[in-house]
This record gives sequence, C-alpha cells and structure tokens, in this order.
Amino acid sequence: MKTVQFREALREALNEEMRRDESIFLMGEEVAEYNGAYKVSQGMLAEFGPKRVIDTPIAELGFAGIAVGAAMNGLRPVVEFMTFNFSLVAIDQVINSAAKMMSMSGGQFTVPIVFRGPTGSAGMLSSQHSQAFENWYANCPGLKVVVPSNPCDAKGLLKSAIRDNDPVIFMESEQMYGEKGEIPEGEYLIPIGVADIKRAGTDVTIVSFGKIIKTAFAAAEELQKEGISCEIIDLRTVRPIDYKCIIESVKKTNRLVVVEEAWPLASISSEIAFNVQKNAFDYLDAPVTRVTCADVPLPYAPTLIEASLPNAARVINAVKEVMYVSK
Amino acid sequence: MEKTVAKKTKEATTKTTTAFGKDTYMYWYELMLLMRKFEEKTGQLYVQQKIRGFCHLYIGQEALVAGAETATRKDDRVITAYRDHAHPIGRGLGINSIMAELYAKSTGCSKGKGGSMHMFSKEFNFFGGHGIVGGQIPLGAGIAFADKYNGNDRVTLCYMGDGAVRQGALHEAFNMAMLWKLPVIFIIENNNYAMGTSVERTSNVHDLYKIGLGYEMPSYQVDGMNCETVHEAVSVAVARARKGDGPSLLEMKTYRYKGHSMSDAATYRTKAEVEEFKHKDPIESVLATIKKNKYATDKELEAIEEKIKAQVEESVKFAEESPYPDPSELYKDVYVQEDYPYIKD
Repeated sequence: MKTVQFREALREALNEEMRRDESIFLMGEEVAEYNGAYKVSQGMLAEFGPKRVIDTPIAELGFAGIAVGAAMNGLRPVVEFMTFNFSLVAIDQVINSAAKMMSMSGGQFTVPIVFRGPTGSAGMLSSQHSQAFENWYANCPGLKVVVPSNPCDAKGLLKSAIRDNDPVIFMESEQMYGEKGEIPEGEYLIPIGVADIKRAGTDVTIVSFGKIIKTAFAAAEELQKEGISCEIIDLRTVRPIDYKCIIESVKKTNRLVVVEEAWPLASISSEIAFNVQKNAFDYLDAPVTRVTCADVPLPYAPTLIEASLPNAARVINAVKEVMYVSK
Repeated sequence: MEKTVAKKTKEATTKTTTAFGKDTYMYWYELMLLMRKFEEKTGQLYVQQKIRGFCHLYIGQEALVAGAETATRKDDRVITAYRDHAHPIGRGLGINSIMAELYAKSTGCSKGKGGSMHMFSKEFNFFGGHGIVGGQIPLGAGIAFADKYNGNDRVTLCYMGDGAVRQGALHEAFNMAMLWKLPVIFIIENNNYAMGTSVERTSNVHDLYKIGLGYEMPSYQVDGMNCETVHEAVSVAVARARKGDGPSLLEMKTYRYKGHSMSDAATYRTKAEVEEFKHKDPIESVLATIKKNKYATDKELEAIEEKIKAQVEESVKFAEESPYPDPSELYKDVYVQEDYPYIKD
C-alpha cells in the first residue's frame, strides 16, 4: 500500500488508462497548460501532449457535445467539468445526447464517455457553486453515476468508469482533492454499482456516499462511546444503487439513516427510503430517517452554512431518533 | 486559409465550369424523386394515422442532400436534426427500414425506438436525426474531431435548420471547430422559417452565412434549390476539410413546400410565396436538363417513375407486415452493460 492524495489517485487512474488505450483523451477548462484547476491533471500534458490533453474555451455545452460526438465516432473522452455546477449549461448534451443515443439509435451508437469533476459545497462559495446534483443525474436512465469518498475507491472506480462502455458521471469534491489515503501499489479496479461496508455494526445502518460520509464516520465514533454500534454503507455508486447491500444490512440492524448532501425532495435518500419500506418493511423497527442539506440555496455566511449542511451532530440526532433514545 | 472570408464570396453560386454528365443528372433525378415520392406517401400515411409522433417533411429541399451526396464519399459522415428522412435515403439506406421506423416497427432503422425524428444508420455513416434544435451541431463537430484525432481524411456534413443558427450551441461549436480546424461542413438548410417564425423576425442578421464570418470561417450563401450549385459549394468545402484546413459554413437558400410539421397549416406565409419556389423545383429543373440533353427517353423516365412508385409501395407493405418491437425490447439498447440492474418495482 502507499499513501496518496485524492487528486493523485484520480491522476493515476487517468494516466494508467490513457497509457493503455490511445482512444482516451482528457478535455476541459484548464486541464492542460494550467495542469488542472485542482491539479488533478498535473503533468499529463507533458506526458500525453496537446492531442490528448486538451484545453477548451469556457463553453461547456459546446465541448460536452463535441466529446459526445467523438464518442459516437469511436473515441473514449474524459470530460472535466471544473465543477458540476457548470455542467448545467451542458446538461442538454449529457441528458439528451449521451444518455439517449444508444436507445434512440436502436443500439447502433454508444457513448463511452466520462464526465467528471467536483460536486457539492466547498467552503463559503454561496449558492451557485455549492450544489449537489447526484440525484439529478441518477434519475436519468442511460447514465451511471459514481461518487467516491476516498482515494482508493476513487482510483479503482475511475478506471472502471473509463473502461465502461456507457456514459458515466463521476463526481468528486474540491474539499477531498488534498485528502490522503492508502491505495494498493499495483493496478486494481473497483466495479461500478457495488456498495462498500465501510464500518461494520449491529444497531443501526447509515447509508451515505461522497465526502459527506465523513459526518457519518464522526457520528459513529461518538455513538460508539454511548454503546450504539453503527454500520456504515458507502454506496460509491448512486446509479445503479446496490439495494441488496442496504436491504441485507437493514435486515440485521432494523434501523436506517441516510445521509446525503443534496436537497431533500426526490433525493437519493427518498429513493432508498422507498425501496427499504417496499422490500424490508417487516424488518424496520423505526421509520427511515435522513440528514440532507437544508431545503434552501446554500448561502455565503458560515453560520448559515453550518445551519444547512449535514454534520456529525445531526447524524447523531438522526441515529438516536431511530434508536428511540433521548438526544 | 483563404483571405477572402470576410466578404461574401459568390464563387460557389456562380461557377459553371464543372460539367455534370448524364450519370450525375440521372442519379440526382432518381434520388430526389425517391425522396419526394417517399415523403408524399409519408404525408398520406400520417393523415391516416399509420405514422404517429412528430413528422417533418423535406419536400422542396431535396437538392441539398442530392447535391451534397455527389460531392462526398460514402465513408464521410452525415448528421442532422429531426427533418431527417431524406438524409439517410441519400446515404443509401433502403427506404424499407425508414418506412418501418416511421411505422414504429422492429425492422425500422432504429428498431422502432426513434421514429421520424431519430433515424440512424451506422452502416451508412448516418449519425442521426436529433430532436433538440442545434444539439446536433457540437455532435457533428465531435464526429469530425474523432476523424481528425484518428488521422483519416473523412469529413462530416452537419446539417441544421435556420432556426438552429440562433442556438448557443452553434456558436460554441463554431469557435472550437475553427480553433481546432475540424473537418466539418456546417450546412444551413435555410427555408426561411423556424417553425412559423421567419428569419427576419428572429435574427438581426438575415444573411445567415455571415454568422460564420465572426469566427473567420469560410462562409458562403448558396442556391439550395439547385443540385449543381449545392454540389460545387460542398465540393469546395469538402476539399478544404480533407486538406486539414478546417470547417466551412454553407447557407443553402431553400424552401419547404409543406408546413413545419404535419400539424402546421403554414398560415404565416402566402400561397404566392410557396408557388414562387415551386417554380424552382429541383426535381423539375434536373428533369428539364435530362430532357434537353436527351439523357433519357420519355419511356425510360416513365420506367424510373414506375420503379420508384413500386419501391415506395413495397416499403409500405414491408412496414405494414413487420412486427412491433416485442415488449421484451424495452430494457434493451439503454446500456451496453447487459446485466444492468434496472429498477422494476
């Protein structure tokens, strides 16, 4: 094992895959000469040259569409959005082109493409730079949506995403790029669609994904001191969702809390709550509870951010709620 | 790179030096007649509700596809918007599979999953029929991007209506296509109406080819009712793209005789205007050249018409007799991954 930053894990995945397949290229704003807005692509221009590491103008709709067209014609593009907030001006090409092409062409044209970049809040950036759209993309058939929470998962999943023949949305976090974690020395892949039990426990299941899962880890540590044992499932992929892993855990713990950074309405937590009441109703000893971002645009002031985002204290409260113990 | 891009170039519309022979005129005539007869039948079948969904006819605009086909190779690529019945016919895709697609049958060129707006044929390098106005423009640039990346000399013809010229996607794609010298030819099918709204009512620039000049793209206005002028303009642009000199913009002045879609009575324009363009009908003018030069006898021309009529009838029969997609098709062709776990409860 070796210790690397999240951004280095992503870079290793990109480098390894680009070395093994000439049809892969990286495209986005500042990815080449600037070495990446968040330095994920540092050094890649030097290794692969301007043909395969391509700086684009600030024109997300245009370059997303060009990349989808290139994928229809045999290439395997990796498109970096500086943040998924900016993907909204490109969403026509993601939803109407990439996700639909195979179906509406009767299977003739496929789109092996990865759209990647950071999602969610990243400090005091106010409303337009702090949004979590995992559930938006997860809603759309034709796409796969991957949201890793640590460097090891990030590398293995990004390699799988690049090799996948379907369009993959790969969502990272500005606040995770500098975080360190252990990864295997050699090459490895992690399959898309398989959740990971990050912490085994017996009293309550906490399902989460992406950077916000850290609030669940912190909560579980605190709750352990009070004798409450939390099982933490990292979904890693929110389309498809590994329902089996969740259901099996709920059958064991009989209690479920879902933690996510998106807004509450029609979120991943709503979907999981539906699935669990449908498939494990008799196993539940308490209603499913969730911790999400507040149902408002995220403001600038730190007090308001604190009042909005999921944190360990809220997760602890949610767990105590489903455990019927006093907060 | 030409130095003359900043002014309107008449070259493409007035050049008469290229002689087209009998074979070319006969090809154009047969191809356009097939498109016309196929779509006249399509219109009838739509009224009978045999064909459903949105349905946009190309009638009147046939010279664009015919002239462009003789100026390109079969391994070149074509992409367009949703007025997309004529382009795959031009590519060589048999009309049986196009009619079957209109009928939503499993034998259709998109297996009955696309319909009128989403014809596709990978075999004939037809990258589809796309339903979001202007969405196909960056896709076309991307198809060309891949061919340049792979180092071959194929070019992409990217068609669009005049309405698409006001979409932001066009401007982003034009900029990158020029910046990266992509081998793509953007073809505006300017029939002067974006659905029911004329170019004059939605664009400050009425000569749409001028939009390309802002990107220093070689841009021309072309008589789109005439196979010869279309062929010559596309040939020049194709040669430029194949050489590696990048994209061109061709504004083809054309006219659709029918409404925007089957539900459009076209009350926004006068009968006289429609009649004026019908006098420039591309099929009639090719036929006049054929007769003048005695490329075919009346009997031979009659035989061609009969053959095409029979072909169209056969396509209807084929479509009628073909099965609808089996319900088990619902979960196919969405993901390449064969065991994708769809949510079914």
